[in-house]
Amino acid sequence: MKPISVHHAHKSYGAKEAVKGISFEVDEGLLFGLIGPDGAGKTTIFRILTTLLKPDKGEALVLGLDVVDDYRQIRKHVGYMPGRFSLYQDLSVEENVAFFASVFGTTIDANYDLIEPIYSQLEPFKDRLAGALSGGMKQKLALSCALIHKPEVLFLDEPTTGVDAVSRKEFWQMLHRLKEENITILVSTPYMDEAEQCDRVALMQDGQILSIDTPERITKTFHNQLWAIKTENKYQLIQLLRSYEYAESVQPFGEYVHYTDKREEVQAEHIMEYLKSKGVINPTVVAIAPDIEDTFMRLMEQEETYE
Amino acid sequence: MRTIRFLLQKEFLQIFRNKGMLPIIFLMPVVQLVLLSFAATYEIREVNFHLIDFDQSEASQQLVQKFQATGYFNLQSSSFNVDDGIEKMRSNDVRLALVIPQDFEQRLKLGQFASVQLNIDAVDGTTAGLIQGYGRSIIQDFSSRIRPNVENIKLTNQQGIEVIPASWYNPNLDYIQYMVPGILVVLISMIGMFLSGMNIVREREIGTIEQLNVTPIKRYQFIIGKLLPFWIIALFELGIGLLIAYYGFGVPFVGSAWLLFGIAGIFLLVVQGLGLFISTITDTQQQAMFIAWFLMVVFILMGGLFTPIQSMPVWAQELTIFNPIAHFIEIMRSVMLKGAGWFEVQHLVGLLTVMAVLILPASIFRYRKSTS
Repeated sequence: MKPISVHHAHKSYGAKEAVKGISFEVDEGLLFGLIGPDGAGKTTIFRILTTLLKPDKGEALVLGLDVVDDYRQIRKHVGYMPGRFSLYQDLSVEENVAFFASVFGTTIDANYDLIEPIYSQLEPFKDRLAGALSGGMKQKLALSCALIHKPEVLFLDEPTTGVDAVSRKEFWQMLHRLKEENITILVSTPYMDEAEQCDRVALMQDGQILSIDTPERITKTFHNQLWAIKTENKYQLIQLLRSYEYAESVQPFGEYVHYTDKREEVQAEHIMEYLKSKGVINPTVVAIAPDIEDTFMRLMEQEETYE
Repeated sequence: MRTIRFLLQKEFLQIFRNKGMLPIIFLMPVVQLVLLSFAATYEIREVNFHLIDFDQSEASQQLVQKFQATGYFNLQSSSFNVDDGIEKMRSNDVRLALVIPQDFEQRLKLGQFASVQLNIDAVDGTTAGLIQGYGRSIIQDFSSRIRPNVENIKLTNQQGIEVIPASWYNPNLDYIQYMVPGILVVLISMIGMFLSGMNIVREREIGTIEQLNVTPIKRYQFIIGKLLPFWIIALFELGIGLLIAYYGFGVPFVGSAWLLFGIAGIFLLVVQGLGLFISTITDTQQQAMFIAWFLMVVFILMGGLFTPIQSMPVWAQELTIFNPIAHFIEIMRSVMLKGAGWFEVQHLVGLLTVMAVLILPASIFRYRKSTS
């Protein structure tokens, strides 16, 4: 029995089809990431799996239980952290955790060992109202509340959105620790760099899954050599590369432009020469290994041309 | 049961922490009753009037003095032209133009029928009615006293029917006694309809409902957790209001308090059901507030609080059967002022019960649908 399995799930909001026949499975004790831009349908999948929405077609099972027929059972065994902070801002840290513990029929003390690494950081502020916490603190509180009943599956919808870099890093460390407790975690994020923290990822775009694999294997599907190119004028560079006859893909990436070529045996010199011939002075062209973001961009582009 | 207890605990914690709301809840009955008793009154004082006395006799002067002596009227000006009086009325200098005809004293002395004219500014119908009432009673009083001075009338034994009015249950026609029960009804309706409905919408507006829905809390537990605190607060408020009315303003309480609180409990279920229903059709507190106010104003205007239901057109009177506030105002007045018992109010309680039985489950049903 897989903790999470979704088969051909569809969901529409009026005329807009948010999820277009998605299927995936998550093995026990895995940290599974749904990666995709805003509007890809990630939150809809979370809401289906947490029994807040019924799929129009297809089925979704959590811990082997159907999200429509057995929603009551599921709710006892899953933890959910919605994308938007959804705790009581007018209750204190401790009151929030105690309240959620009580509605699950447990207490803070009973499951303290599980939340200890997270909650201990909050304890100095336990009398502070949740509304007065910083973004990172709120996120830790929300995670504590989602964990207080020792769930078997944890759903985290964009937990790191709007959180500073240090807190984000800490947060992923906490997730790895939870994995060791054999909790299955489904997490979504719009940040590609976080995808590499997951055991497996599903790249999502426009209500569909483009690819499911480990982050390493997904980046390996990137066959062509990837080049990072930098010049003084990035805009001009993008224009030049796009009009280059051998160009396969051109993606701005921070101060660099990531570029792939159609030719099999292309050298950095070929690209340099082309740019110099167009009057670019001192271009930097470096061969780099693709990361998941490059893969995602390429898959998205393929999808668009395919359509 | 345990879950409900935890939900209630949480609600009360939030309510008592809400610094913007809590003082208002307890200040409201005091402010409303104080304002009502000192400011909102139907009594009129010092109404300016214009005098057109064509008679210029002893009798006419006595009548004018009598008008002034009551304290209700104040002689602003006088002339010998009725149009002056009308003009003064138009410019809002006076509200009454009193015209005494030339043969006033003479006719009185001859024992004939004498008349005076009261021209009243009736833009404000209520005030006009009061001026007319006061004026009429002053003139009647005058005519009954003038008789002994008019020697040469043949005192024919005036056969006729004298009407002796006696105001029961409110002997002095005290406005406060009549209004207090109604104001208290509005007070607890506001708590029932606004606060509990608003509280549910708030959970949706700030997104906490999302988190709650993924817990094993059942909907009925959630709804009880939302309605019960304000049910309790509203009854508590009613108690405070009644104490203030009884000890502070001397409003009598003749009937049974148990009966009244029992019925109030049913009435609150009706208004809370309405509040819950509003919460199921709205997404924000603003929308909910707006709809609740709309309903509330209709209920109050047609509920017999300010204007008697008996003076409404027939269609409006028939519509009041759907107005819980009208029924409860009537019950409150009967029980408080008349000491009505179960037998006298049972048909109204029956109506309220039917409403509660219909509205509450309907709202709960709609609540389920709107959130699943």
